[in-house]
Amino acid sequence: MNDLALPHTGEAAAAPVAAAPQRRRLSLAYLQAAPLALVFLVFLVVPLLLTGIVSFWEYNEYAITPALTLQNYADVFDGCLSADLCTTIRTYLSTVKFVALTLAITLPLGFAIAYFLAFHIRSDTVRMGLFLLCTIPFWTSNVIRMISWIPLLGRNGLVNDTLRSLGLIKAPIEGLLYSDFAVVLAFVHLDTVFMIVPIFNSLARIDRSLIEAARDCGASGFQTLWNVVLPLAKPGIAIGSIFVVTLVMGDFVTVGVMGGQQIASVGKVIQVQMAYLQFPAAAANAVVLLAAVLLMILGLTRMIDLRREL
Amino acid sequence: MNVELIGLTKRYGAAIAVDAIDLKVPSGAYCCLLGPSGCGKTTTLRMIGGHERASAGDVVIGPKAVGDAAPAERGTAMMFQSYALFPHLDARDNVAFSLRMRGIGKAERRAKAMAMLDLVQMGHLAGRLPAQLSGGQQQRVALARALVTGPKVLLLDEPLSALDPFLRVRMRVELKRIQTELGLTFIHVTHSQEEAMALSDLVVVMNAGRIEQAADPRTVFERPATAFVARFIGGHNVIRLPDGMIAVRADRMRLGAEAGPEALPARVVAVEYQGTSVHVGLDADGLERAPDSSAALTAVLSDADFAARPLRPGDTVPVGWDEAAAHRLDA
Repeated sequence: MNDLALPHTGEAAAAPVAAAPQRRRLSLAYLQAAPLALVFLVFLVVPLLLTGIVSFWEYNEYAITPALTLQNYADVFDGCLSADLCTTIRTYLSTVKFVALTLAITLPLGFAIAYFLAFHIRSDTVRMGLFLLCTIPFWTSNVIRMISWIPLLGRNGLVNDTLRSLGLIKAPIEGLLYSDFAVVLAFVHLDTVFMIVPIFNSLARIDRSLIEAARDCGASGFQTLWNVVLPLAKPGIAIGSIFVVTLVMGDFVTVGVMGGQQIASVGKVIQVQMAYLQFPAAAANAVVLLAAVLLMILGLTRMIDLRREL
Repeated sequence: MNVELIGLTKRYGAAIAVDAIDLKVPSGAYCCLLGPSGCGKTTTLRMIGGHERASAGDVVIGPKAVGDAAPAERGTAMMFQSYALFPHLDARDNVAFSLRMRGIGKAERRAKAMAMLDLVQMGHLAGRLPAQLSGGQQQRVALARALVTGPKVLLLDEPLSALDPFLRVRMRVELKRIQTELGLTFIHVTHSQEEAMALSDLVVVMNAGRIEQAADPRTVFERPATAFVARFIGGHNVIRLPDGMIAVRADRMRLGAEAGPEALPARVVAVEYQGTSVHVGLDADGLERAPDSSAALTAVLSDADFAARPLRPGDTVPVGWDEAAAHRLDA
């Protein structure tokens, strides 16, 4: 009887002993995640909540008063129900146009560069060197980078002078600077690297034997690219696109400087309202912008189940 | 179709991976390229399949030299070591992939893919992604994918090495069944002599980029051509005599009273019980150990013989062999 009972008590005693380390491991995991969670809470969640709250406040020329009014949102969409496009819609369309143009250029460009880095460069040292080369646009401050475009693209800048001395053009090309072209050029210059890195990451994880298997199955180079490489690069493409969409949607400096302060953008509108201390109006615009960007990202993730792919 | 290699060579810079090998694999044969890692067997296979360009020499498949032809134009199909299934396609689309690349219509390629999956008994899991399949199941899909275009020669790169031992034996039977059923030429790379013995009609033992011996399994085991072959396929003692090297099968060694008049006194250094047999490791004066073995000689005794006269490490026992069992080696 004793023999049978003994292991029983042993088991019963063992259970809580086993549970305690597991609990400790779990609390340790929470502890490890806590610093980042705290940073997110203080610097992301709280400011967002405050922005949301302020967007319902009232303001006039000399005062901001806490209230619960939808007037700021009404102002954002003022006139949007009429036949012609209101300012907000037109501003958004202009910004979305830049998003589309930037995506249309950075995506193939970033993919091509990432493909080259992942599949054609054999040496890790060379690859690191080329990656550093991609980050050159970030080696100087934003202001200096923007100003540097002027001697290059200006009416008497390097490009126009060179073309003229080569005899290719008679009068300088006007649209190089302070135009849609200049804005897109600056976006591509800055944001391509955000496309390269995640796509490279996806491509680097593709097993090389898959490419050989495709060749063995009789796929041509293009068929392999289209049917094997591209589908497997989708997570990287989605992440890179999210970077580009959020960067371009929220931008106000690039559009301002490269557009010669003549081109509207959503970020610019918010910045101007902030400058005039119309914080509730700026907050309402920011909330609308946030919603728009979230919708775009939602659309992107709909195309690709990111959680599964990661 | 028969496959012939003529002076096939692969150089990487100054290093020679495959050194001018000649080989004839008859049509419908199961051929195993056997050797330690780095012996050039996989490189040879990849050159046959068109995944590696030969530095010199020719691969002849059926009536014509294939030269630098693309894999799909050679009539070969390759099964990769890691299976290389496309992770974004389900089993059926993986199998149908090469048909899709050839522009075959959806209904036809799906029907063909399903027939192939049924052949490897994977029809019921056609809708699963590779990540949802076990290693053995992935391998069956990879086999179906390789077979779907009707190749004449199937190239298998260590197909069983990623499976657990039990599954390995089952898949081995399966491979042999499919090879016999379809009457294809299989060229199978492996480093396991057991696998090569069990499967092949033709065993090609390779070492350092050269072929040491190419023969049927029985010949390779009964009459190994070189000391390397005798050691690599195992079950042999390689003994250096004054007038050359001989190989004696470990189960033909004689211990104790049967050892004969020319017996050497030997020390027992290891005794391993294996169930039906017992492996006895022996050291004797004047016999050196092979580089990576723990005893100069191994004698395999039946369990009954061993039980009748047990030995312990440290015992001394006379050891000899039948003159008829000694096989002279070339090098």
